[in-house]
Amino acid sequence: MSSSLPVTAPQSDKPHGHINHNLTGFIIFLCSESVIFLAFFSGYAILKTSALDWLPPGVEGLEWRTPLLNTAVLISSSGTIMLAEHYKARDKLWLFRGFWLLTMLMGVYFLIGQAVEWHGLAFGFTAGTFGGTFYLLTGFHGLHVATGILLMTIMLIKSFIPGNYAGGEQGVQATSLFWHFVDVIWIILFVLIYVWQ
Amino acid sequence: MTIATFPPEPPPPANWSRYLGFSTDAKVIGIQYIVTAFFFFLIGGLLAMVIRGELITPAADLVDRSVYNGIYTMHGTIMLFLFIFPVLNGLNNLLIPTMIGAPDMAFPRLNTAAFWLVPVFGLLLIGSFFVPGGPAAAGWWSYPPVSIQNPLGHLINGEAMWILAVALSGVSSIMGAVNFVTTILRMRAPGMTLFRMPVFCWTALAAQSLQLIGLPALTGGAVMLLMDLSFGTSFYRPEGGGDPVLYQHFFWFYSHPAVYVIILPVFGIFSELFPVYSRKPLFGYVYVALASFIIVGLGLIVWVHHMFPSGVAQWMRDLFMATTMLIAVPTGVKVFAWLGTLWGGKLRLTTPMLFCIGGLVNFVFAGITGVMLATVPVDIHVSNTYFVVGHFHYVIYGAAVMGIFAAIYHWFPKFTGRMPYEGLGKLHCLLTFAGANLNFLPMHPLGLMGMPRRVSSYDPEFAFWNVLASLGAFLLGVSIIPFLLNMISSWIRGPRATHNPWNAIGLEWLLPSPPPEDNFGEEVPTVISRPYGYGSGEPLVEHQVEIERRLQLQEAAA
Repeated sequence: MSSSLPVTAPQSDKPHGHINHNLTGFIIFLCSESVIFLAFFSGYAILKTSALDWLPPGVEGLEWRTPLLNTAVLISSSGTIMLAEHYKARDKLWLFRGFWLLTMLMGVYFLIGQAVEWHGLAFGFTAGTFGGTFYLLTGFHGLHVATGILLMTIMLIKSFIPGNYAGGEQGVQATSLFWHFVDVIWIILFVLIYVWQ
Repeated sequence: MTIATFPPEPPPPANWSRYLGFSTDAKVIGIQYIVTAFFFFLIGGLLAMVIRGELITPAADLVDRSVYNGIYTMHGTIMLFLFIFPVLNGLNNLLIPTMIGAPDMAFPRLNTAAFWLVPVFGLLLIGSFFVPGGPAAAGWWSYPPVSIQNPLGHLINGEAMWILAVALSGVSSIMGAVNFVTTILRMRAPGMTLFRMPVFCWTALAAQSLQLIGLPALTGGAVMLLMDLSFGTSFYRPEGGGDPVLYQHFFWFYSHPAVYVIILPVFGIFSELFPVYSRKPLFGYVYVALASFIIVGLGLIVWVHHMFPSGVAQWMRDLFMATTMLIAVPTGVKVFAWLGTLWGGKLRLTTPMLFCIGGLVNFVFAGITGVMLATVPVDIHVSNTYFVVGHFHYVIYGAAVMGIFAAIYHWFPKFTGRMPYEGLGKLHCLLTFAGANLNFLPMHPLGLMGMPRRVSSYDPEFAFWNVLASLGAFLLGVSIIPFLLNMISSWIRGPRATHNPWNAIGLEWLLPSPPPEDNFGEEVPTVISRPYGYGSGEPLVEHQVEIERRLQLQEAAA
């Protein structure tokens, strides 16, 4: 064999298999997840526009003031989670944890508000397509809020592991993206359900 | 000599038990997928034999009518969700990492979980045969209002289990799709730009993107169906203000693209194999690659052609007729590219090549009937007849399954280290091609004559074509015997395969057969040219000659 052969195999610039692909995978998943909401939203719109009697008997419409307050809290929590990320990037971990926890509490407040609203409603999910779609949309979104809070809890606990962020951990970024996603979905949902009556 | 550090050492002798556990190695998972898929293929095939056995005579004399409804429903569901998708995911698992030079998938544990969901929902579906009331019997599309009847009133019933199984299948497929897309986008070998990627990876990327966009719609629709069935909502119940056609939109928004999820990787297989066996570069590589994504874009806006008789507006019929016919353009680009590849090539008629040619012939036929079905008046005339069944089976069995068999014969030596037997393979190919055409061609005249699908008895005037179709089906049933014999015996005691028995070009052929667990490991070769450099003598990667010499020395020593 000729002596001009390379001493070792050609090395790539970035070692394979050691890069963290979690964020890429998570973004792809979120794109996919948005389609299920798209399906529910379009189903809602089709059922509503084609309905003869949209509201079930005895129901005058939905009260929107308390949900609007809940909405304000949820949207603000997108701001607090950004602040948390901001402080994490500057290695101020306690400020990060503080704003992270505040975001979680705002999420919990939203969920409680949702539960209180459900409790006070005069119709159930079998009340025609109005009741069915209302509980389906708010319930499915609520499930995502609960998932977001669960993810944040995990990230909060992991933040206490020494050296957690040294290996390029992407969980905080992914959770934050998820939370913004849940927020955007809620804004569309609020417009569809409470504004368009 | 220091060059001996690469390529990696051949793996230790295969240990069968690793195929039975929770492995995270994509090559083990790939084989687990394929073997599981063929297990369910035999069950689904047995159901097909019962269907054709029933239809060989005009009278309903073999099974009870209600049982027959369950049988064709489960045949369709099993073949799609438990055979075709898993077998393609198996090929993805084997081929994507080795073709792009990745050590494994991007998320190996997610990969394991996605695979092990398959037997779970498979058992759920098979288990529905044994619940009171029997399995789901509303056809594989599960249209309401038929599918939301629950006469016995049990919470656990065949239809509910069907919906859960389909939803779990969706979860598994999404997990797989996230994994495949991330792997293809982020883990390619150095130098392998997108336009140096093998077409199989392009088509896998396209198909998995369709899964990601389409599947959630079906899942959403299925959730609403389950609530209607089990919890008294009325999304699809007209008496409660619901709309049964809404379900059809959700169902077909996914299930039409699902056909492209199936056929796109098969296009990829054709594009890989025709150049190998005609010793010519793939004609129009860039156009073949990009046509996959044109099919994705168009494939998402054609679904209403399944609903022409469902009372949709005339403007929608016109629009979706046009988009459906447009699909023929990118598909035609591919077909002519394959013909251009074959033209003037040195054809080697091996088993995989014969399967590809047979699959291509069947696909072109299916494409022609597809354009017929896109035409609104023809579609309304033959809707819900055997014409549709014939068209669909030409696509799925005639083209896709034959392409899958081609892939299995072609890459079998790479992943098992053994050569499959050519004689048995050619017999399998002949029986499959003859059986498929004898089975599915008579369905077209039957449909044009007006024989409806999903019936267990029919007018005696349809008997002639039905007898032919049934004979074809039994031939297809027989065709599996040489296949299984070949796979089992050649895996156990077939001749040892070299690293590149077909003299093919591609990263996977620069690995030992079978490849070591982490493929190239840290020593991934740098890709310096486009794939399919047949006849040009141009190397695919840096130091290709040394890599191949090393592999040959290893093989000579073994």
